[in-house]
Amino acid sequence: MEKKTSQETLKAYRKRIDTALDNDFLRTAMDRFAVAYKEGRKNAFKDMDTDDLIEQVAILKKKAIENRTALLEEFTFQAEKKGIQVHMAADAQEANNIISHIGKAANCQKVIKSKSMTAEETHLNPWLENRGFKVTETDLGEWIVQLRHEGPSHMVMPAIHLSRYQVADLFSQVTDSRQDAKIEGLVKVARSTLRDNFIEADMGITGANFLIAKTATMGLVTNEGNARLATTLPRVHVVLAGIDKILPSLEDALKVARVLPRNATGQQLTSYVTWITGPSQCTSMETDKREMHIVLLDNGRSAIADDPLFSQVLHCVRCGACANVCPVYRMVGGHQMGHIYIGAIGLITTYFFHGRENARNLVQNCTNCGACKAVCAANIDLPRLIKEVHARIQDEEGHPLKSLLLAKVLKNRKLFHGLLRSASLAQVPVTGNTPYLRHLPMVFSNEHNFRALPAIAKVPFRDRWKKLKPRIDKPAMKIILFSGCVQDFVYPEQLEAAVKLFKKGSVDVEFPMGQSCCGLPAMMMGEKEAARDVAIQNVKAMRGFNAQWIVTLCASCASHLTHATRDLTKGFLPDKEIKDFIQRIIPFSDFINRFAPETVLPGGKDLASHAPKAVSTAGKGKVTWHSPCHLCRGMGVRNAPKDLIAASGQTFVQAEEEETCCGFGGSFSANFPAVSREILTRKLDDAENTGAELLVTECPGCVLQLRGGAVNQERNLKVSHLAELLAGTVKTSSD
Amino acid sequence: MDHHQLIQQFKEKAQLVSATIHPEMTLETALTTAVKYCQKKSSCQTSRPWESPPGHQDNGGAREHVKTIALPENHASLETLLSPMCSSRGIELVTKNFRNHARGMDMGITFADYGIADTGTLVIGCDGEDMRLATMISDIHVALLPQSRIRSTALELTDELEDMMAAPGAYTAFITGPSRTADIERVLAIGVHGPLELHIMLLKD
Ligand code: SF4
Ligand code: SF4
Repeated sequence: MEKKTSQETLKAYRKRIDTALDNDFLRTAMDRFAVAYKEGRKNAFKDMDTDDLIEQVAILKKKAIENRTALLEEFTFQAEKKGIQVHMAADAQEANNIISHIGKAANCQKVIKSKSMTAEETHLNPWLENRGFKVTETDLGEWIVQLRHEGPSHMVMPAIHLSRYQVADLFSQVTDSRQDAKIEGLVKVARSTLRDNFIEADMGITGANFLIAKTATMGLVTNEGNARLATTLPRVHVVLAGIDKILPSLEDALKVARVLPRNATGQQLTSYVTWITGPSQCTSMETDKREMHIVLLDNGRSAIADDPLFSQVLHCVRCGACANVCPVYRMVGGHQMGHIYIGAIGLITTYFFHGRENARNLVQNCTNCGACKAVCAANIDLPRLIKEVHARIQDEEGHPLKSLLLAKVLKNRKLFHGLLRSASLAQVPVTGNTPYLRHLPMVFSNEHNFRALPAIAKVPFRDRWKKLKPRIDKPAMKIILFSGCVQDFVYPEQLEAAVKLFKKGSVDVEFPMGQSCCGLPAMMMGEKEAARDVAIQNVKAMRGFNAQWIVTLCASCASHLTHATRDLTKGFLPDKEIKDFIQRIIPFSDFINRFAPETVLPGGKDLASHAPKAVSTAGKGKVTWHSPCHLCRGMGVRNAPKDLIAASGQTFVQAEEEETCCGFGGSFSANFPAVSREILTRKLDDAENTGAELLVTECPGCVLQLRGGAVNQERNLKVSHLAELLAGTVKTSSD
Repeated sequence: MDHHQLIQQFKEKAQLVSATIHPEMTLETALTTAVKYCQKKSSCQTSRPWESPPGHQDNGGAREHVKTIALPENHASLETLLSPMCSSRGIELVTKNFRNHARGMDMGITFADYGIADTGTLVIGCDGEDMRLATMISDIHVALLPQSRIRSTALELTDELEDMMAAPGAYTAFITGPSRTADIERVLAIGVHGPLELHIMLLKD
């Protein structure tokens, strides 16, 4: 395994990622998994109210964390009554120390473990091995990675990065006999070889999925049966579990167990759920009872629980789903997507459990697509917390120059817009004859060659507005147009298309000049202060316009303004004004779809008359849709745009992975161009597989990524914004 | 859902997780079916096929020739029925110290306390060590479940489960199908550290 040293630079981390991207087996395996998982999960939750079940988990975990002091006391009291020896460990080292002492005192030499992420967290194995214990992992995947001297690459499937051939080679060495690369057979090798280890072991170490305060019962959710042997054959049983695992009652645990396996692997229930209440019968002990210890690990958990924002991290039930759906995880695998804990939750907990040095680069490896949040078994706002960790790290270590610059520029709208204007002049020699700029000045990086980049518009939308503003006699309603910087300065034509549609529907449009960047790029770069500054500017810019809605054609702006404004501006602006601002934010397609039939577009859904001729004459008129992450998951808008495409007279064809991220993620694509490129390629494959010639989306960031990729990869696919399709202004040439 | 439908759901769900269901039997037929099945099966699977010829015996080692059925001591009532069935087929019926057979036995026969219909799960109180081992180290686990003990969901059983789990030393197992893993290339493989097969004998009441 590639070692992650504490000094690892972003550059070195990227190199590690490049190696992972070159791993063809990993690529294919992860792609298959990503698609299969979604289907499996859907089936497992069939006929159930998934949101409600997850909400119940979130609520009960929240209560348990809030009530943790009393629960811990109750659990300890009950456990001791049942004959369990309870130990409190403040940190990883203390936990390891307690366990090695238990082992020495009970004269244990051979230790078997069933899978425990908490033991990975404390690096228990090397600790015990250095003290003379022989430690054997017995979960098949864990055993494989132990034999390879690696860490797990997934919380539920630790060896998902390996092929059957690699396992066969490994097992051939272990058994000193050639083993075929047949999975059934390899599993039997593990069964047979490890059985001796179980029989000979003095001590069994397990984690716990639940610790029930009422009866001091521990619950283990497993498939292989190794945890049952590990808690039955050895004479000493040590449980290592975080204090966050304590729940009041069996009922709570059963409610978690209802969601956990379904969310983890698409199983309705795992093969085994084992409930152990204190030392059970053990015939190899004179007392006829096993020696049982529970080591309760804090390791920063109390501090997290006290943090109003981050306490939700402790609601995690370790299902691993946030990795299963993550587009970045899919590309780079677990060893690059977490330190010990993997996936979205890993990006966050690494900071708390394993320190800033290990988290610094990791937290930037996120496109902010929100897929993890949408699937989380405990409803944790993972993307937000990832950004917050990034901001904290920068506050603690000092901000890098490029992010400082960005913050400084963003805070001063006139300076920012001035720079963008001059960039449009500066790029002339760079872009040559093409309309594509190699180095978009907004993104301070030179590794963007994987997609063609658009030029800064000669005249930004804001400078065209005076001429564009429609005069409407009897307006049906009045709206504010929020452009965001990419559309304003790169794609003003998308806004113009929308204005055309608004005019048709007698909608009066205002464009407040005081509006600025939405602030998401600042958040993505860990510049929370700058994000706050622009948030305040934006709310203030809307003053005095008296419009019903604030419509935006940028899904990322919509989502950021809706979800981040309250926290950023609270205490800086009147509560009512903030609320009023947030409630009026609406994505373009949602607005048109809601109001088109009656008000905005006379003729209602019969938009066929405005069908863009350019497209229908160019080919079969098949149109597919890429749902921006911040539209489908961020704003919950899923059908409106597709209805509009169909109503526009085009043949709508659905892509299989319509809601999968395009890989843009603002500064993400600048920091991790190689990952971004791979995500993009898969996205374009998926769109092309539909047979469509036009890929429509509703976010300028997605347009930038997708169109740039389509041009660079010479795909037979045009990309446009929904507004252009509806207004009939889709260009026929590739620009 | 009436009880008949619950039984139906239980059967379907259990089959989905690769359990074998034998419907509506008397205890005697169930045991005969089990013993006959044991006679047909190949010898205990925890041996090492790639190693020296079978037949060697070590302490706690799997015996290659004589088949064994584990019947925990608290199931003494079944012994009178099972004993002649086994001896006539040359199968050894073991009723205690399963630890000495930890490398593996051919079959373990136990009662189940409840069935949970919505997941096809068995609930088995396994407080005694032999009770536990019978469900773990056997190639085939045969669970006898009176049909009347089938409930709809685990949550519906909360009170009964709490009673089972209350006493110190309680060890309660939810068992859903045979042991499984998908740890290599996510391909489902049955039979890792637990039984390779799970047979559920539904008993008439
Ligand atoms: S927001 Fe998207 S990219 Fe970021 S961790 Fe979650 S799933 Fe992965
Ligand atoms: S954060 Fe949510 S999705 Fe990720 S492992 Fe924890 S519970 Fe599962």
